[in-house]
Parts: sequence; structure tokens; C-alpha cells
Amino acid sequence: MSIFSKYDGLAQSLAAVTADGGRNPFAVVIDRPLSSTVGLIEGRETLLFGTNNYLGLSQSEAAIEAAIAAARTHGVGTTGSRIANGTQGLHRQLEERIAAYFQRRHCMVFSTGYQANLGMISALAGKDDYLLLDADSHASIYDGSRLGHAQVIRFRHNDPEDLRKRLRRLEGTPGAKLIVVEGIYSMMGDVVPMAEFAAVKREAGAWLLADEAHSFGVMGAHGRGVAEADGVEGDVDFVVGTFSKSLGTVGGYCVSDHDGLDLIRLCSRPYMFTASLPPEIIAATMAALDEMGRRPELRHTLMDNARRLYAGLNAAGLRTGPQASPVVSVILDEVDQAVRFWNRLLDLGVYVNLSLPPATPDQHPLLRTSVMATHTPAQIDRAVDIFATVAREFDLMRPAAATA
Amino acid sequence: MSETVADVSALIVQTLLANPKVPRDINGSSKIVEDLAFDSLAVMNFVMEIEDSLDVSVPLDRLADIRTIDDLAACIVSLKQAS
Ligand SMILES: Cc1ncc(COP(=O)(O)O)c(C=O)c1O
Repeated sequence: MSIFSKYDGLAQSLAAVTADGGRNPFAVVIDRPLSSTVGLIEGRETLLFGTNNYLGLSQSEAAIEAAIAAARTHGVGTTGSRIANGTQGLHRQLEERIAAYFQRRHCMVFSTGYQANLGMISALAGKDDYLLLDADSHASIYDGSRLGHAQVIRFRHNDPEDLRKRLRRLEGTPGAKLIVVEGIYSMMGDVVPMAEFAAVKREAGAWLLADEAHSFGVMGAHGRGVAEADGVEGDVDFVVGTFSKSLGTVGGYCVSDHDGLDLIRLCSRPYMFTASLPPEIIAATMAALDEMGRRPELRHTLMDNARRLYAGLNAAGLRTGPQASPVVSVILDEVDQAVRFWNRLLDLGVYVNLSLPPATPDQHPLLRTSVMATHTPAQIDRAVDIFATVAREFDLMRPAAATA
Repeated sequence: MSETVADVSALIVQTLLANPKVPRDINGSSKIVEDLAFDSLAVMNFVMEIEDSLDVSVPLDRLADIRTIDDLAACIVSLKQAS
């Protein structure tokens, strides 16, 4: 028997997706980006509406120059882990800069956002502790819960009352309770009711970790995320996030006011047993952070663009997530239809993400788009037009909206 | 409030049968993944429904050892006795 035979079902699903000459949606090649909003795909200029590059900073001139300068002075890699030879002055500097941005006392930087969740969640919640995870948590949160030894309890998505009920069942049990939520949920773009979760956390004497991966640089007056927007940063014990979205580079972080954070450096395996970020990435990240702080208008334009795309897709008769945010997903019913829709969008020059169950909530396939501050209104209108064209081809207009 | 494994198992079967996609001939010894064709997410979502009916939380790490409906029922009964 082949070692791969357990994936026969997966092979069949993939074959079904690519039947009739469809592309493999998980193997798209962007030959190269021409700007933050346009990429060359299959030799054609294609509008990018699925890159998480919310502020367009992957193409920041300042970040590019900083990366080049750092590579010249420091070389291109550290060849070691943070607890051995992989901590350079630049790593300390970046940690200080991120801590200062969040007005927190401590920061730990990881090599990816995925590892930041893995490293924090597995190390914070030990054998006698409880982890309480939102049902729609990102894979990195679930994986972190499996790497550690805590008991893991799942509560209904964005439902503080359901969490309260589950915490009540744990009353009287020893062990710390760590609640994990996200700022903006990556699949549907819905925002966490952070103030309500903060209230539940206070009542129960629990700890709260917020993954602001999609909301850092996006929400809050200074871009510190949903906790800032909701005025409850003091209740969020640990903020985790990534540099790979609004800052346009790669890497992850955790900030906190708890002095214990420094101990996590010595017991978090995803922090200890992997090479640290290379100098050019750190330099680019710091330059992008500067730009994010200096240009709050990027956030305002981003939200204007998000509302424009959300309204446009709804007006075109498509079903979307519950609120306008930089992640706007079109919800479809059948996988087969979603695959064909996604292929047509790419034929007509728009790249979005195809997300399939079980990675999506409620078993629905999604055409997931992410908006950028650097999209022009004309680019957004063009993308909406193309969505509407394909929806008409597929006869997908919802009657109520179609006649409105 | 002292449900037996048989009581809990019957309640789980009843909850499952409310879903039209579930085969009609299931019983306590049916395997949750194989016989019901549930993926990991579907299992977690259906356990959440049972948790609500029985006012108990089943830690996800316990699910790894559960194969059949009776296994799940036994796990829930032991969790309720412990609390
Ligand atoms: C909610 C959430 N957390 C963490 C991550 C991991 O971040 P990264 O891709 O930077 O490793 C992602 C994105 O992939 C995410 O969507």
C-alpha cells in the first residue's frame, strides 16, 4: 500500500476541481507583481484582489531601500535561532519598535505569524490549564492548541454568551483559562465584539489573547487593532499578529505588559527551534511600520475602498459576509460552482482567493477578496463589474437585489 | 441528573437523525467519521450541539480517542461525573 493512499479522497477532490480544464486554484503562479494592485498571471495583467496586502506596503519604496541597505551591511541571513546566534541588534530594535507602537512593555518577534500563534498558545497554556478557542479560529491557533498540553474547549463563533457558559462549567477547576479570539476573521471579514469578550474575561478572571493578524494597521485610531478601536487594550493580555499583511513583509509578534513574556523565550519551541528573521526583512518591516504610523490616511482609504467593494458586490446581487471590512467574501452554495466562478474571474482579469470547506465556516465555498488602500476606485468598480458579469453568466443574481 | 451511557447514546443518535444527510440506520456502535462521513469540522460542530443539550464541555483532545457514538457517550458521562 502506498504511503499516499490515505490521500486518495483528496486526490479525487482535486481531480474534480480541475476537471474540464479548470486551473488548480491552489497552484496559481503570479509571474511577478507590477505594482501592489496588479500582477502578471498567465502573461496577463491581472487585478489583485486576494493578497492581504492591505496597505500596499509590500511595494513600499522606503521598505525596499531599507532592505537593500540592511542586506549590504548585515548580509542576507542570520543562520541561527533566537536563543543561539540568531539575535542581532536589529531583532532587539524591531521588538522595541513594535512594543512602542502598541504602547506595551514587551515584545517577542517570531519568524512567521503562524509560529507566533503556535509559540504563544502552546507555551502559555500548560497541562493543567484550559484553552478556550473561537470555533472559527485560524489553523495556526488550532495547531498551537495541539502542540501544547492544555485542555481545549471551543466556543461558538463571536458569541461571548456561549463563552460565558463554558467558563461557568469550569468554575472551581484549578488551572489558568486562556481565551483566544481574532480581531478580524480571515474568512468572512467579520469583526470580534472585543469589548464584550473583555467583559467576560474580567468576570471569569481569565486571560485573553487576541490575534490581530488582519486588523493590525487596519482598525483603531492608530492601527493597533480591534482592541484599540473598542477601547479595551488593557484587558487584552497578549496581542499576537503578523508582518505579512498590513506591513507587507513576513514575521510574527506578540506584545504584552506581563513581565513573564521573557520566560516564554525559553520554553516556546516554535520560537527556539527555527532560524530568526533575516536582517533585510527586519529593516523593511521597521520602515513599513514607520510608514504605517506616518500615513494614517492609508487606513481611511482602505476602509473607503472596503465599503465601495462591499456595496458593489451586494448591489450586483451577490451574497457577502455580515459587514464591510478589508476582507470581503462572496458566499456561494456549491463547490463546483465556486470553482467555475473563480476560474471565470481569473479569465476576465481578477485574482481572488478560492476558499473551500472545511477551511470555511458553515461548509460554504467562498470567493474571498481582500481590499487595499492602493486600489483605485476605478479598479474596484472594474472588479465589481467582472463579478457581476460572471454572476449573470451563472444566473446567480439574488431576486431581491436584482430588482432593487 | 445521572444519565447512563445508554441514555446519552440515545440522545446523540436522536440529535444526529435530525440531520437529513445522516444515514437512517445508525446506532451506538456506528463510527462517527467512517459511518457518518463527517469531516473534522463536522465532528466538532455536532459535538457542540450535544454539549449544549447536556450542559457539558468536551475538550477537543478527548475527541481524538473517540471512534463510535458509544465512545462519545461514555466520555460525556465520565466528564459529567467528574464535575
Ligand atoms: C488569523 C491569522 N492568524 C495568523 C496567520 C498566520 O500569519 P502568517 O501567514 O504571517 O504566518 C494568518 C494568516 O495566514 C491569519 O489569517
